[in-house]
Amino acid sequence: MIRTLSLTLAFCAGFAGVARAEIEIEEVTSPGGIEAWLVEDHTIPFTALELRFEGGTGLDDPERLGAVNLMTGLLEEGAGEMDARAFQAAREDLAASFSFDVGTDTLRVSARMLSENRDAAADLLRAALAAPRFDPVAIERVRGQVQSILAQDEQNPRRLASRAFYEAAFGDHPYGRPDNGTPESVAALTREDLLEAHEAALTRDRVHVAAVGDITPEKLGALIDELLGDLPQTGPDLPDHVDFGLTGGIDVIDYPTPQSTALFGQPGLKRDDPDFFAAYVLNHILGGGGFESRLMTEVREKRGLTYGVSTDLVPLENAEFWIGSLASANDKMAQAIEVIRDQWARIASEGVTQQELDAAKTYLTGEYPLRFDGNGPIADILVGMQLTGLPKSYVTERNAFIEAVTLEEVNRVAAERVDPQALHFVVVGRPEGLEPDTAPRITLPEVVPPAE
Amino acid sequence: MLRRLALATPVILALPVLASTVSAQEAAPVIATGDAVTTYTLDNGLEVVVIEDHRAPVVTQMLWYRVGSADEPEGASGVAHFLEHLLFKATDDLEAGEFSATVAANGGSDNAFTSTDYTAYFQRVAADRLPLMMQMEAERMNDLALTDEDIETERQVIVEERNQRTESNPGALAREQMVAAQYINHPYGRPVIGWMHEIEGLGRKEVRDFYETYYSPNDAILVVAGDVLPEEVLALAEEHYGPIPAEPDLPERIRPQEPPQRAARHLVYVDERVSQPYVTRSYLAPERDSGDQETAAALTYLAEILGGSSFTSVLGEELVFERDIALHAGAGYDGMSLDDATFSLSIVPKPGVTLDAAEAALDEVVAGFLDTGPTPEQMERIRTQLRASEIYARDSVEALARRYGAALSQGLTVEDVGAWPEILQSVTAEQVVEAARAVFDPDQSVTLHVAPTREEEPK
Repeated sequence: MIRTLSLTLAFCAGFAGVARAEIEIEEVTSPGGIEAWLVEDHTIPFTALELRFEGGTGLDDPERLGAVNLMTGLLEEGAGEMDARAFQAAREDLAASFSFDVGTDTLRVSARMLSENRDAAADLLRAALAAPRFDPVAIERVRGQVQSILAQDEQNPRRLASRAFYEAAFGDHPYGRPDNGTPESVAALTREDLLEAHEAALTRDRVHVAAVGDITPEKLGALIDELLGDLPQTGPDLPDHVDFGLTGGIDVIDYPTPQSTALFGQPGLKRDDPDFFAAYVLNHILGGGGFESRLMTEVREKRGLTYGVSTDLVPLENAEFWIGSLASANDKMAQAIEVIRDQWARIASEGVTQQELDAAKTYLTGEYPLRFDGNGPIADILVGMQLTGLPKSYVTERNAFIEAVTLEEVNRVAAERVDPQALHFVVVGRPEGLEPDTAPRITLPEVVPPAE
Repeated sequence: MLRRLALATPVILALPVLASTVSAQEAAPVIATGDAVTTYTLDNGLEVVVIEDHRAPVVTQMLWYRVGSADEPEGASGVAHFLEHLLFKATDDLEAGEFSATVAANGGSDNAFTSTDYTAYFQRVAADRLPLMMQMEAERMNDLALTDEDIETERQVIVEERNQRTESNPGALAREQMVAAQYINHPYGRPVIGWMHEIEGLGRKEVRDFYETYYSPNDAILVVAGDVLPEEVLALAEEHYGPIPAEPDLPERIRPQEPPQRAARHLVYVDERVSQPYVTRSYLAPERDSGDQETAAALTYLAEILGGSSFTSVLGEELVFERDIALHAGAGYDGMSLDDATFSLSIVPKPGVTLDAAEAALDEVVAGFLDTGPTPEQMERIRTQLRASEIYARDSVEALARRYGAALSQGLTVEDVGAWPEILQSVTAEQVVEAARAVFDPDQSVTLHVAPTREEEPK
């Protein structure tokens, strides 16, 4: 079954000019009953395909942390009759590209396939998804790669800050656990664990599909059934919602480096909160975007305390929070934090100006259509919308949601939701004037050298 | 294959977050084959390249200056990049920050980047905003204000940028030492961002001199890509850039060249923050030259065959799979460079394998390859992938714009860019072996061991 909904993306740019580009999103239901979104465009002879499986590393058994990640790394390491090298040689001969990647909420599969050999490329991708071999020799090789990455993470200030921040904010919830596992947990993973992780993480009821490019709805329907038809229908329960658990304070993690790295955050808003768009615009003014945000202006442009500072309003599947980051010399981090706290307090108490709101809206509505610039990026946007539960019409309605935000709303949300008392900083480095005893020290997992 | 070991390319951004032509009067544009590309040259010397892509009503304007860190005066490393930051500050008609604020207020985004050979500025906006973008970009080509206060604050930002990019990153520090050792006389040996002590000494005079000399229409290439028509872009370029006079004293672009390199160099970089020891080696290598790109094409194959794919390349197969002594092994070459480029090899040994043993194995595998040469299957696989990469490249008009801007600012022509895919398709196995024998000259090499402690290196 194929339903078509034609959407027009309006490119409104500030003043008078309005240009329009049509992207036509077709909803394709495969003969086997899997739904997909398609933008058919025969300009360039290839197709970009994006698959998202809900669950991701959130499906890790707490006793087997890192299993989903290691499993994902092994999807391209041999399938069906082919070992890793035979599989990759076949893929390279077709000049197809596949990438497999997993995060806390989703497992991502991105593919580009030339029209001239799409069927053969799809055969290979099907084998990787449905019949990965998990050869013992490949398991050991990729396990070594994961251990190497874990060892590098232990020496990376940004990763150390991130690990400490999420651990403190989410505790035992999957968001608080290390995505890639720990050196000990990864060392202990068995082939059986990987088979279970595969069975759990790639299921038909949790997949979302988007395709853009040189393919018809009929061909896409057949291709999806071939790719996904052999996967299990369903998997284990997904994780529950969790509150952001950090309250105001500063943690300092000692690390020998001339420049400190900081993450900071406070509770945020759910994606379907009626105030989400107001908060989204507010975040843009505070620390989103580029040179123009208040934090960039105050911390970088006026004082030269950092190369970059930014904030994001993050609605994950099961938690929502504001998060920001910056790096600053050890003798300047304390001042940078003071400036950020001041700005946090100022926007909460004074709100923003009409001029700032207008500038943010113009930027956000103008920038949105610029994202639709190629088969791959469009497929990525469409599959992301499906994950978030947005309708196809969102691409045309989204800018109206931004436009509808009023000054009164933004300032009410700033007063109600931005909380300088709740802002929590995790600093990695040797910042001067920030005493480690201002807050409890975070204990990091002990570093264990990679297995030999 | 999972890995996270980035060998950064020497292009740095302002903000973290990247031909034979005819005179306009003759109105007979040169159209290159393949891409929808049209070129013009204004009377003041500004080259204009228009790339059409009408799939979305979006345009990218990129202004490339033929000046980069390798054109800096001695003792003033980092001034090209410093100036790039300052172009976002005040001009005669724009306040500090107004440029980017105006781009944002028009729903667009902008940034800039500096490399050894070029400095480029770009904006991405709805196509009907192009006139305003040109007006502002032309303004800062000639009318930068350069106040002491802006220079002082921005120097601190750049110190933080260097802290973030380099000082906090042992891999970047190691690479900096290696590049410095590779180039004995050529300014490619200096880091693009500059040495810290020289950044700290940069002031108004250095920046002003650099700006006055190099920011001129006859030293620039305008690339406009997206939903535009060539004649309209030409008319706009004439209006906004046309009135800016050419710089009569633009120096000829001749840098100090390398003398014969007569000694292999061996470096050991020790940093306690290194979690994963590795060996990397670079060789001086020829770059793509106008009308002479065949050797560079053969070296492109050589890099792909030796180390392109983690699974099927010679180094990957032999060191990661067969001998099982490495987590990763690779090779790299980018021929896009005004002067001598480098060809690199690297190996990340498995725990328990010493760096000396890893280096010896790397050498054995390369020597073995020189004996046998590439197989027909290897040649065909790379040929297919290079052909496909041209199809995939058409999906990003921005990437095409960068390709032309980089080429034209590094001594190539629109024709050279147009000819490159065909030259790549015609490379033979014999050419690959010949190029390999020439490039793997130990006397022109630098070998670097990166380790957390001296003990890793029992001699």
